[in-house]
Amino acid sequence: MFSASFKMSIKVRFFASLADSVGRREAECAFVPGMTVESVWHEINGDAPLPGGALVAINHDYCTLDQALNDKDEVAYFPPVTGG
Amino acid sequence: MSVRICAEAFDPLLELRAFQDDLGERARSIGALATFTGSMRDFNDGAPVESMWLEHYPGMTDAHLERLAADAQRKWQLDDILIVHRVGEVRPGDAIVLVATWSAHRAHAFESCRAVMEELKSSAPFWKKEQTAQGARWVEKNTPRDSADFKPSPAE
Repeated sequence: MFSASFKMSIKVRFFASLADSVGRREAECAFVPGMTVESVWHEINGDAPLPGGALVAINHDYCTLDQALNDKDEVAYFPPVTGG
Repeated sequence: MSVRICAEAFDPLLELRAFQDDLGERARSIGALATFTGSMRDFNDGAPVESMWLEHYPGMTDAHLERLAADAQRKWQLDDILIVHRVGEVRPGDAIVLVATWSAHRAHAFESCRAVMEELKSSAPFWKKEQTAQGARWVEKNTPRDSADFKPSPAE
């Protein structure tokens, strides 16, 4: 059977203080058509709200919480940036 | 155009020297070089800071800096632009960031250097974690974007 090798999934990443509060830096999530950046957050973190001011990105580009995802996307959640 | 993220200490003056030397004949038409270096302080928010950890998002951070540099080259008349940013463990006095812009004209060099630096601080994915005597703490936000307006004091 082919099904196992064609599992659709999203790669999820957390950075800085957000990684500390979630308790991990990476996760994988089964992809379901219609998923958004916000729904993936809840898929992994249950009812816990995304902290205020958090930023999100898909495939290394900033995006909004309501943006829809595609199979194999990489979605990232992180706190306000403090470089420079 | 050059963008570099480095995990080791760098000397901004040596970076500038090397870049300037590489300009070769192009240097003949350049009338202005503006540079900004940001360094680590040994204090923040009223507490001494012993060291700092600078985290970034490999892949996104470099792409973001490349885009900032390319945008600056489109917006201003620049002959070249250099951005260097440190990651990993940083000690007080270490350079954290260098932005340098080369142009035929000072206004383009000054303005682009300032604007790239301000944009980097507000949007490039880097995060600072400070080590203090009381333990480690994440820096929660950068200081607000400085006003670009500059008004000289009134004549006396």
